[in-house]
Amino acid sequence: MRTRLQRWSLLLGATAVLALPMSLWAQLTQYDVDARLNAESHVGNTTGHAKSAALPYRRFCVGCHGPLGDGNGENAPYMQPPIFQQPRDFQLGVFKCRSTPTGTLPTDQDLFDSITRGFDRSNMPQWNTLSKQERTDLVAWVKHFSPRWANEKPGTPIVIPPEPEVTADRIKAGRDVFARVQCWKCHGVQGMANGPSAATLTDDLGRPIAAFNFTDGSRPKCGDTDQDIYRIFMTGLDGTPMPSFADNIKPEEAWDLVFYLRTFMHQHSKEKVLAKQLGLKPVDPNAPAPTQ
Amino acid sequence: MKKQYNFAALLFTVVFICCGALLLSRDVKAAGEGKITGTVKLDGVAPHMKGIDMSKDPVCVKAHATDPGHLETVVAGANGGLENVVLYISDWSGPATVSTAVPVFDQKNCMYTPHVLAMDVGQTFKVTTSDPTTHNIHPLPNPMTGNIPWNQSQPPNAAPVEKSWKAAEVIPVQCNIHPWMHGWFVVVKGPYATTDSNGSYTINNVPPGNYTVTAWQETYGTTVQKVTVAAGAAATADFTFKAK
Repeated sequence: MRTRLQRWSLLLGATAVLALPMSLWAQLTQYDVDARLNAESHVGNTTGHAKSAALPYRRFCVGCHGPLGDGNGENAPYMQPPIFQQPRDFQLGVFKCRSTPTGTLPTDQDLFDSITRGFDRSNMPQWNTLSKQERTDLVAWVKHFSPRWANEKPGTPIVIPPEPEVTADRIKAGRDVFARVQCWKCHGVQGMANGPSAATLTDDLGRPIAAFNFTDGSRPKCGDTDQDIYRIFMTGLDGTPMPSFADNIKPEEAWDLVFYLRTFMHQHSKEKVLAKQLGLKPVDPNAPAPTQ
Repeated sequence: MKKQYNFAALLFTVVFICCGALLLSRDVKAAGEGKITGTVKLDGVAPHMKGIDMSKDPVCVKAHATDPGHLETVVAGANGGLENVVLYISDWSGPATVSTAVPVFDQKNCMYTPHVLAMDVGQTFKVTTSDPTTHNIHPLPNPMTGNIPWNQSQPPNAAPVEKSWKAAEVIPVQCNIHPWMHGWFVVVKGPYATTDSNGSYTINNVPPGNYTVTAWQETYGTTVQKVTVAAGAAATADFTFKAK
């Protein structure tokens, strides 16, 4: 380095080069995000405060979700879609697992359940080891990353009718729903995620993503109870190709579809027993789509 | 005391006159609305629009048995007119929502019709399906603009989906089931128009004044022009995009 000027120019240039990509990733600055440090959450009888979650977030979450909650933690580059989805960008306020309609914010309970349950077959663990208060505080912290909660209320949770008894007729009716709305296009006729459209699926940010494979023993991302499965296709998984079928499947039929989907799954169930007794065959993809 | 009363009276009169002028001037504007009309052309040879392989869905293949589907990123007519270009007033200072129509975006033969749907902020639009195969309608706005992405299934004979957008934005639309399906929702403020197959457009209901008109085309981006609209008259603004 001949002159001081050259040395300083090099330093400035290097800083600019290193700083630029960082600034393009984070849509919101620390200043923007700090404006919402008063965020609160309510889960059951527990009230959570974002400020109390700053330290647990740094300890448990920042490695993947990043200091600005945009999913750019230092572990993020090692998660390769479609096998492992990237950590959620909380700044966007778009979430997969909700009890609320597509395009609306999840409830605090939804976020609490996601933290507690984790996401099977992803890098998001079950955080049921943290106390209820800690998890409720973390819900408030997750919320403080996105300006959406300042301007918008969460959606109204969908109404799930009481679960009826599993019968052979309901399973057959569920198969008809599966055929009518053509779930098999992505999920395959046996739920093996090998439908004709499966290979080209991408998420909202253009990254490859896989449809759920019902047969390989994985648990659905948003929980594995019958109610969880009901909610998944009646609210859609925002941020992914999975749409909401709320306008196209009646609540009664939705239960039939849940029972049919159980027949694909690895876990032993009454549905699987009945399906075997019925000798139920997979849907024929070459048959014309049945009308309502 | 008297001075204060005088001042108050003077102030009141001035405010009254100004309000009156404002109200009167609004009516005058509505009466003298003009329009902006013109053509958008492509300078150069239009790129070849590749054929689409729809074999993922035999229903789509059948629908295109005699008329194969093509990409629609640049649709140019014989005389060089560009279709699907949206014209709008980028320095519009009036109300954002001026159109009361309900534009329709249809899924037909596994393609979006029209390919580009222009609309105002807050204007209701409908998405319909005319196909015997399931689609999902999945617009991808950037949530940071205030427009929130949603994703709904539309099986055959599904009811239309009615929505609106909160912010001006060019929003890509896709179907995840049929990955070749790409369309656009172009959300703007104020009056707008979309070019037809000849590249012609007319923006109606434009009050007299000086405006900047922007033309947006999905491949070539935007180009602007300044236009002056006289009361009740038609101003002309022709645009040209250079082929790459």
